[in-house]
Amino acid sequence: MIYKTSHTFPKGGIHPPEYKLTQNVPIKPLPVPKSVIIPLSQHIGAASAPVVAKGDHVKTGQVIAAANGFVSSNIHSSVSGVVSKIDTVIDASGYRQSAIFIDVQGDEWIDSIDRSVSVISEIELAPEQIIEKCRELGIVGLGGATFPSHVKLAVPKDKKCSILIINGVECEPYLTSDHRLMLEKGEETLIGIKILMKALHVEKAMVGIESNKPDAIEHLKELSKRFDGISIHSLTVKYPQGAEKQLIKTLTNREVPSGKLPIETGAVVHNVATAYAVYEAVQKNKPLIERVVTITGKSLSAPGNYLVRIGSPVNSLIEAAGGLPDDTGKIVSGGPMMGKALQNTGIPTSKGMSGIILFPASESIRGETGPCIRCAKCIAACPMNLEPHLLANASMKAMFERTESERITDCVECGSCSYTCPAGRPLLDYIRLGKSTVIKMARERNLK
Amino acid sequence: MSSTVIVTIISLSLLAAVSAIILYFVAQKFHVVEDPRIDDVQAALPAANCGGCGYAGCRNFAEALVAAETFDGLNCPVGGNEVMKSIAGMLGKTAGEADPSVAVLLCNGTPQYRPKTTRYDGVVSCQIQHNLYLGETNCSYGCLGDGDCVKACGFDAIMIDSETMLPVISDDKCVACGACVKSCPRHLIELRKKAKKDRKIYVACSNCDKGAVAIKACKVACIACNKCLKVCEFGAITIEKNRAYIDAKKCTFCRKCVAECSTHSIMEVNFPPRKPKVETEMLTING
Amino acid sequence: MNNQLNVSLSPHIHGRETTQKLMFGVVVALIPTIIASVIFFGAGAIITTAAAVISCVTIEYLIQRFMLRKPVSITDGSALVTGLLLALNLPSNIPLYMIVIGSMVAIGVAKMTFGGLGNNPFNPALVGRVFMLISFPSHMTTWPAPAGFATGYIDAVTGATPLAIIKEGIKNGESISELMLKIPSTAEMILGKIGGSMGEVSAIALIIGFIYLLYKKIITWHIPVSVIGSLALFTSILWIANPDIYAGPSFHILSGGVLLGAIFMATDYVTSPMNPKSMILYGCGIGILTAIIRIWGSFPEGVSFAILIMNAFVPLMNTYIKPKRFGEEVKNG
Repeated sequence: MIYKTSHTFPKGGIHPPEYKLTQNVPIKPLPVPKSVIIPLSQHIGAASAPVVAKGDHVKTGQVIAAANGFVSSNIHSSVSGVVSKIDTVIDASGYRQSAIFIDVQGDEWIDSIDRSVSVISEIELAPEQIIEKCRELGIVGLGGATFPSHVKLAVPKDKKCSILIINGVECEPYLTSDHRLMLEKGEETLIGIKILMKALHVEKAMVGIESNKPDAIEHLKELSKRFDGISIHSLTVKYPQGAEKQLIKTLTNREVPSGKLPIETGAVVHNVATAYAVYEAVQKNKPLIERVVTITGKSLSAPGNYLVRIGSPVNSLIEAAGGLPDDTGKIVSGGPMMGKALQNTGIPTSKGMSGIILFPASESIRGETGPCIRCAKCIAACPMNLEPHLLANASMKAMFERTESERITDCVECGSCSYTCPAGRPLLDYIRLGKSTVIKMARERNLK
Repeated sequence: MSSTVIVTIISLSLLAAVSAIILYFVAQKFHVVEDPRIDDVQAALPAANCGGCGYAGCRNFAEALVAAETFDGLNCPVGGNEVMKSIAGMLGKTAGEADPSVAVLLCNGTPQYRPKTTRYDGVVSCQIQHNLYLGETNCSYGCLGDGDCVKACGFDAIMIDSETMLPVISDDKCVACGACVKSCPRHLIELRKKAKKDRKIYVACSNCDKGAVAIKACKVACIACNKCLKVCEFGAITIEKNRAYIDAKKCTFCRKCVAECSTHSIMEVNFPPRKPKVETEMLTING
Repeated sequence: MNNQLNVSLSPHIHGRETTQKLMFGVVVALIPTIIASVIFFGAGAIITTAAAVISCVTIEYLIQRFMLRKPVSITDGSALVTGLLLALNLPSNIPLYMIVIGSMVAIGVAKMTFGGLGNNPFNPALVGRVFMLISFPSHMTTWPAPAGFATGYIDAVTGATPLAIIKEGIKNGESISELMLKIPSTAEMILGKIGGSMGEVSAIALIIGFIYLLYKKIITWHIPVSVIGSLALFTSILWIANPDIYAGPSFHILSGGVLLGAIFMATDYVTSPMNPKSMILYGCGIGILTAIIRIWGSFPEGVSFAILIMNAFVPLMNTYIKPKRFGEEVKNG
């Protein structure tokens, strides 16, 4: 195995200002809100099918929607109370999606969940049982893509997984939820990594953390002495280090072939938050009903990291952080580079929401767009070594065949091109349009 | 002096003769045997190259017409029945009668009826906005107003009204080529059968949400209340996915459904104004 | 919520780079060169520079405002850069009306007819310069001698450039070793105390500008290094083969417009290729063409022609030379 000496990926990347306002704010549990809205599609794949009806009493941790197929996930109630309705709600996807509305009454948990604070480090379950547990308890990737973990852990028979990579990079500006989690729940996270290693039958795990989190690196390095096979790597700060393909390249110097999955390189990547969720599921029998969310923004009076019950509306988080500032112009779920803008504050939090960022009005409007001066800064910034200006221009002119031959589908949508463009051109907007059209065209071609 | 002139004339003539011979043989060699009727048919077509017939351009359509056994399914929406008839005569075939149609927008969500809830900041493109989120209003099905259809229309038949923020389709200019239908990411434009005096009755709403949600987003949304379905005597109205649809082929323009619609989502266009009954009585008394 | 939230696609933040900042960065990088030209050529340098800048910006304004009726974008600084570069490519004693005509060709013909900033295939300043060179050959090839700050504008004493001395000398059958005595010393050439266009004389000032451009990440090293490197390599081979009729690489690099061309003209964003591989090919093309024109062509200097010729190949390079994509060829071991 080849390890690289320089600890970052070779091509492209940018250095946006970090604004990690909340990196020293400990995680606090957010008070349970009066009512929650639990969306039925919080993961990639088919939306879950509700198994409760209006008027049903539910307990915290109870299954309220069942997975609808293999690539799907169970959803559990994050509170106890009464199902008030099953209706549609505008969620972080930007569209109306089905959701279960629950009015909170008390906080009664189902009995099978171990709510003690003791750390259990002995892994008793067999690999298949671990994967089954992840499926049953609705574990999905918490880095943002929300891919169901049991699918990712079930390595196809013809492929071999040789290494587990744990993504603690958190390369997006503002976000600190993974950073705080590694600091405060380091031991549990490492046990979670051990569990994942067992499920994947691998001996080695590499944890990649950017060097702007020295305290977390130190802490995990100290703890990892007690765990065989887990190595902690300090990486040079560069966005988008946390993108799956770039992280594999950084840590193992292997490139995921174009159009293929990371397993081609023998690596499986999981987020630190997912590792912690796996620990809680396997050792404590706790389904994925809570996650750490960073609520931040320059104009907020008390930005912080909160342990949030899934389905709590975004405004309950904003209230906890000191209330909505008057000049708020944009609310973003996720990081500022790849996150989605929210339409209102009533949107519920979901499994994939790692942070909420409030931008003042002055920072929420795009600048003027000028003509492309062909400065090639987008080419230099593209981590996939594509030509963003060309892809954007061709998409704008509806030359989709051209974009396909220029490999538009390799784009990871990291936004580095739009970020660097001195003319302020919305390159990624057009590239997304081209990419979705090309994917649609390819699908139609395959049907024929 | 004179010898120069003679030499020049001779050499240039020789050059011309050699070139002519080469050209002749090249033309022979690369001559493509093509049905001469294709040129005639193409000349008869309107040369709009709009793609409304389903072919890339008028030339391709002419080739298809000449090669076709029958004219079933072949129609030039721009030229209409007359052009098709003259081409059929040319080729010794019979043209089917196709109903002329016109594009109609199935949304009436003006800012007055459909309040804005967010502000979209990005490329002015319906497709991009549609891929991002449900739009500046709370209606996930309504018109986004960025004018992809305007850009797609090759006949200048569509423009965005600055007050309603909706596209307005000119009945006179529209040739029903279908370019706008394909361009709309929300499938809001329908080609409907043209009626006398360009009269139209249609449901100007495509919202598939439940009535309560739809009416909250837009005051003129179809809430699938079934009133129009009950009042229609000709079975022209169907309700599917929480919205009504009027079949232009069955509709007799009786206008009963328009009066019945509680949210005014059924539009009547190019009809003489209705005379309220009271007014009619007044007139009789006076007259 | 009384105020509506903005919704847009990611990314939600933008780097602080703007076209204007990049253009003014180039202007800042040109300041040492402008100072050097004022020191060596005096008032003429100031008058020529001011005339070129003012006429370029005014012509762009007039065209955008009255002919195209589009929003005026002279504040982006691109016309300013064109004006400065045009001025630095001229002798300091050139009549004003010629500068205005050159600017009209540069902005009006080479830039605006193609659609303005970002669309011109050829470097506007160089098109203007070459137009002037062909239209006013005597004015464009008689350079004032570097007489210092007190030099007047029109009445300057003229002197030949080192390149012209060599070209004439070779034609008259003199050997390089004899000619080397006639031209200024290497130190004078580095400082800029030689005859020539305003901007091309002082190597040291140009290199300061180059370092600034690299530091500010306005340009990458690829084009300048490959132009100078290929020129040096090509002329070295010839020099080693026959030092009697071919001048050495250091002379070729320091004389004429090689440094100005390599650092400021060839790297013009709009007319240079976009990925590193083609940048190097483009640079090498310029270097070798320059040497060929200088040694075997009828003009003593060939940088502007070389750059314009390579500009024509840029669209071709952008289409056919592609960077190696991530995950394209995988050698995983």
